[in-house]
Amino acid sequence: MENFTPLSATIGGVLIGLAATMLLLTQGRIAGISNIVGGLLETNEDDRLWRILFIVGLIVGSSTYVFFGENTSNININPFQLNDKNHMFFMILGGLLVGFGSQIGSGCTSGHGVCGLGRFSMRSLTATITFMVTAGITVFVVRSLTGA
Amino acid sequence: MLNVFSLTSGLLFGFGLAVSSMINPAKIVGFLDITGNWDPSLAFVMGGAVFVTALTFRLILKRPKPIFTDIFELPSKVSLDGKLITGAAIFGIGWAMSGLCPGPAISSIGFLDEKLLIFVCTLLIGSFIGKKWR
Repeated sequence: MENFTPLSATIGGVLIGLAATMLLLTQGRIAGISNIVGGLLETNEDDRLWRILFIVGLIVGSSTYVFFGENTSNININPFQLNDKNHMFFMILGGLLVGFGSQIGSGCTSGHGVCGLGRFSMRSLTATITFMVTAGITVFVVRSLTGA
Repeated sequence: MLNVFSLTSGLLFGFGLAVSSMINPAKIVGFLDITGNWDPSLAFVMGGAVFVTALTFRLILKRPKPIFTDIFELPSKVSLDGKLITGAAIFGIGWAMSGLCPGPAISSIGFLDEKLLIFVCTLLIGSFIGKKWR
């Protein structure tokens, strides 16, 4: 557990919770990223502006921290140490599954995991347990296959 | 005024994801790797976030309406169904393969990394197909 960072994790988590609080309090919206992005894919959507502004904030907020932050050199986007071809395949398929699954399942880690659990929603609790289980199994299988 | 809060909420969210290292796919896979070199950090991120939302959402939802709009736009479904579970199961597989979920992936657009940008593109394609399917 040498990579465990409980303090920064808790502080970051509280900030995420405050962001979700602000969005619900000011405009009655749930800060679920898959929903915020998904709404932009609808042609008849007339409430695009807040979604775009939130996404711009998301990108700028994260980039700002990475630009000024210290512990950023350890970002590793290839944790399974795959070769370039396999890693590209994992990113392409991973993106498709994350996008497809979050729309079919009405939410992702933020919508179900942060906001839904905060509302004590049974659907969100079920979804969160389900994706944690399939994700854990997937990592186990990939680790077993790659030997990493 | 509403626009300022949309932007600020996104800023806080993105900053929180970066502070907690959730934009690092290795942290996600490290959390899911319970039989390996387990890193429980993600549980503390979710714990910190849910601690806040569980307290504040309850108070906010006692209000008749949000500050700047007329209604709370909450999910209407309450019962469990196959789509919820199937979707979540598929989401989990993709999340583990990439170490990325929508928030961190979109947050990483500014890093201009080729593979991260490809992930965001396939995420949007998958979302589009999912929306049509649903």
